Amino acid sequence: MSDLLTIKDLTISYKETEAVSRVSLSLKKGEILCLVGESGSGKSTILKAVTGLLSSDGQIQSGQILFKNTDLASISDRDLRKLCGREIGVVFQNAGASFHPMRTIGDQLYEIERTVGRMDRKAFNEKAGGLLLKFGLSDPKRVLSSYPFELSGGMQQRVGIAAAMLLSPGLLLADEPTSALDVTLQKQVVEELLMTRQEYKAAILMVTHQMGIVRRMADQVLVLKEGKTVEYGPADQVLNHPKADYTKKLLAAEPKLRKSEEPEG
Amino acid sequence: MKFVGKRLLQLIPILLAITFLSFAMMRIAGSDAVEEMYTARGTVVSDEVMQEKREELGLDRSFMVQYGSWLLGILHGDMGKSYVSGKDVFGSFLSKLPATLLLAAFSLGLTVLISIPIGILAAVRQGRLTDKILRASSFLGNAMPGFFVAMVLMQILGLKLKLFPVISTGVNLRSAVLPGLTLSISMTAKYLRQVRAAVLEELNKDYIRGLKARGISNRVILWKNVMRSASLSIITLLALSAGSLLGGTAIIESIFMWDGVGKLAVDAISMRDYPMILAYVMWMAIIFVLVNLATDIIYHFMDPRIRLGEEEEG
Amino acid sequence: MMTGKYRKKSSVKGRLLVFGSLALLLIFIAIFGQFFLPYDPYQQNLSNTKAEPSPAHIFGTDRFGRDMFSRVILGARTSILSTLLLVSIIMILGTAIGLLAGWYGKWLDSLLMRISDFFLAFPGLVFALAVAAVLGGGVFNAVIALSFIGWPKYARLARSGTLAQKKALYLDAARLSGDSTGKIFLSHILPNIAGPIVVTAILDIGTMLMEIAGLSFLGLGAKPPVPEWGSMMSESRNLLTTAPFVTLAPGFAIVLTVTVFNLFGDALRDYLDPSGR
Repeated sequence: MSDLLTIKDLTISYKETEAVSRVSLSLKKGEILCLVGESGSGKSTILKAVTGLLSSDGQIQSGQILFKNTDLASISDRDLRKLCGREIGVVFQNAGASFHPMRTIGDQLYEIERTVGRMDRKAFNEKAGGLLLKFGLSDPKRVLSSYPFELSGGMQQRVGIAAAMLLSPGLLLADEPTSALDVTLQKQVVEELLMTRQEYKAAILMVTHQMGIVRRMADQVLVLKEGKTVEYGPADQVLNHPKADYTKKLLAAEPKLRKSEEPEG
Repeated sequence: MKFVGKRLLQLIPILLAITFLSFAMMRIAGSDAVEEMYTARGTVVSDEVMQEKREELGLDRSFMVQYGSWLLGILHGDMGKSYVSGKDVFGSFLSKLPATLLLAAFSLGLTVLISIPIGILAAVRQGRLTDKILRASSFLGNAMPGFFVAMVLMQILGLKLKLFPVISTGVNLRSAVLPGLTLSISMTAKYLRQVRAAVLEELNKDYIRGLKARGISNRVILWKNVMRSASLSIITLLALSAGSLLGGTAIIESIFMWDGVGKLAVDAISMRDYPMILAYVMWMAIIFVLVNLATDIIYHFMDPRIRLGEEEEG
Repeated sequence: MMTGKYRKKSSVKGRLLVFGSLALLLIFIAIFGQFFLPYDPYQQNLSNTKAEPSPAHIFGTDRFGRDMFSRVILGARTSILSTLLLVSIIMILGTAIGLLAGWYGKWLDSLLMRISDFFLAFPGLVFALAVAAVLGGGVFNAVIALSFIGWPKYARLARSGTLAQKKALYLDAARLSGDSTGKIFLSHILPNIAGPIVVTAILDIGTMLMEIAGLSFLGLGAKPPVPEWGSMMSESRNLLTTAPFVTLAPGFAIVLTVTVFNLFGDALRDYLDPSGR
C-alpha cells in the first residue's frame, strides 16, 4: 500500500531562523505517528505547514509534502483549503478557541458540512448528533445548541475531534490535543483518538511532549530537536531501545502516566 | 424588559442634574438675557422697560424659584417661551427635529455604505497597494475640517456642476445631499481606520486558524464569522456618531442653512435664549442615555457571552 | 546585508526627522512669518480686488484687494500659536488631574473620573460653543472654551500610567521612603508616562487646530480683521462663486498643517513604540 502522507526533506524558516531542517517522514493509512520533542523543537511547525497555516513570516524553504501524491507545499491556498476538512482534519491543543466564540457549535459544524454540499439542517443534526455521541458526548442536542464557552474543556476537546472527523478525512493532524487537560480527561481523549483510527481507518500525525501518550498510541515515533530529526523509527524501537542520548533524556523525564495517574508538570 | 425600564429610570436623575447645572451656569455667566435681547434687536430701551420685561420672564425671582417653576412647567409639557421669538419652546424645537433627523439618517447611511466595505477591503489587503491608498485617503480626510469639505463640495458639485442646491431649499433629500456628503466624508475617514482595525483584530484571532483548518472558505470566514464579531465594535461607533449627529452639527447646518437643531442651538446660545438652550441640553441628555441604551441592547442580543451571563445572574 | 528590522528602524527615524523639521518650520513661520510678508496683510487695494492667483499675488487677493498669501501666512500666527497654547494647557491640566487621581485614588479618583466621563460623553463643540458664548468672542476665549473639553483624554492616560507606575514603585518602596510626593511625581512617574502623553498631544494639534478654526468659523473665535484660517474662510464664503481661491486658500493651509503635525505624531509614536501597530 502506498503512503498516505510523505514529507521529504522539509525545511521551514521564520524570517532568518530555520525552525525545521530537512525533516522526512511517511505515514500509511491507519497509522499513528507521534512527533515528540521539547517546545520550540519545530513539531507544531510541521503540522502547520501541512495545512498551510504557517504564520505570515513562516516559509517553506525546500522539500515536499506529498499527500496522496499531491505536493501540498506547492498547491494554491484555495486548493489546499479544499483538502482541509474533507481529506485532512485538524485537532488543536485548545479546541475551544478554534471555534467562533459567538456562534453555536451546531451552526459551526453545519458550516463545515456545507463546504461539501447541501444538506438539510434536520438531517444534519441527526448526523452530528450521532457523531457527538460516538465521541462520548452524552447530550448531543444540548451540545449543538451551546456556545463554545458553555462547554467544559474536555467537552470542547471532544467536539474539536468530532469537528475534525465530521467529513471523515483520511488523515488527522493533532497538535498537543491532550496537554491542556487533566489526567482523566487526557485518557478519554486518547481513547477517542484511537477510536477514530478504528472507525475511520484514519492515519494520525500527532504532536505531543507527553511520552506516556506516545507509548499508548504511536506506531512510529519521530524525535525532533531544534528542528532536526534525532531519531525516527517504529515506536517499539524508539521507546524501548533508544539510540540517541536526547531520546533517552526525554524518556527519563516521562512520568509513569499509565500506572500512577499523576498530572505532569 | 426590566433592564430597559431600569435604564429609562436612570434618565430622570441625569436630566435633573444636567438641567440644574445648565441653569446654574447661565446664572454664573451673569450676562443678562433681556439686555442681550434688546441689543440683538438693535433697540435701546429704558431701564424700566427692561425691568418690566425681566419681571414678565420671571428673571427677577431667586435662582431656586426660577428653576423650580421651570421644572413644574416641564411636568405639564410646558418648556416655556423663547425669549427671542416669544414662541413656545417645545413647539419650535420639535419643528426643527425633522431636518436634523433626515440629515443624520442620510449621512449615517451613506457612511455605513461606504466605510464598511472599504474598511474590510483595506483589512483584507493589509500592507498592499489598495490598503495603502485607502489609508492615505483616510489620513487626508482626517486632516480636513468639515467646513473646508463643505466649501469644496459647494464649489464643485453645487456651483460648477450645479448638481445640488448649495443652500438648502427646505427639508428635502436633494438639499440634504451636500451637507450629508460633507458629514459622510469626515466620518468615513474616521471609520475606515476603525473598521480596518476591528477586522484585522478578528483576523488575528485563534478561531480563524480553526476555521481555515476545517476548510471553510475565505468568503464564509469573512462574512459569517469575522463580521459577526467586528460588527459589535462598528455598531458602538455608529451609535456614538448617531448621537452626535442627532445633536445637530452646528457648523455644517449653519453653512448650508440647514434648519435643524444644531443651528437652533448656535442661535439660541448667541442670543442667550435660555429656555431654548435648556430644551437643547435636555435633548442631548436624552440622546446620550438612549444611545447608550441602544448599544447595550444590541450587545445583549448579539453577544451570547453577555446575554447568557446576564440570564444566569437574574 | 541589511536586515528588515534595521531598515524599518532607520526609515522611522527618517520620517521623524523629515516631519519633525516640517512641523518646526511651520511653527517658525507662525512666529516669524510676519516679518517676511510680501505685502501688508491689512493694506486694502480696491483697484485690485478678487484677483486671480498670479506671480505677484500667488493666492490672489480678497474682496478688499488684500494679498491673500500674506494673510494666510499671518493667519498661521493666530491659528498655530493658539493651537499650541491650547494643547499645552489641556496636556498639563489633564496630566496633573490624572496624576492626582491615580496617585491618591479613593474618592478623589472617582470624583475626577466622573467629571472627565461627563466631558468625554457630552458633545464637545456644543459645550465649547456655550462657554465661548458666555465668555464672548476672541481667540483667547476660544482657547479657554476648548480647554474645558480637551483635558479628559490626558487625565485618563496619566491616570492609567500613574496606576501602573504606582504598582511598580511599591516594590521599590524602600528606596523611595525618603522622597516627597512631589519628587516621586517629577522624578519617577512623569518620566515614565511622558511618552504616550506627548505623542497624544502632538496628534491632538491637528484636531484642536480644526476645532479652533471651527469656532472662529462660527464667529466665536478670532475676530476679523485679525486673520485666522477659520474666520478667513467664513468671512470670504460669499466669494466662493466669484473667487473660490480666496475662500479655499486658508483651508488648504489648515489641511497642510494638520497633515504635517499628524504625520509627525505618527512618526514619533512609531519611534517610541516600534512594537505597536
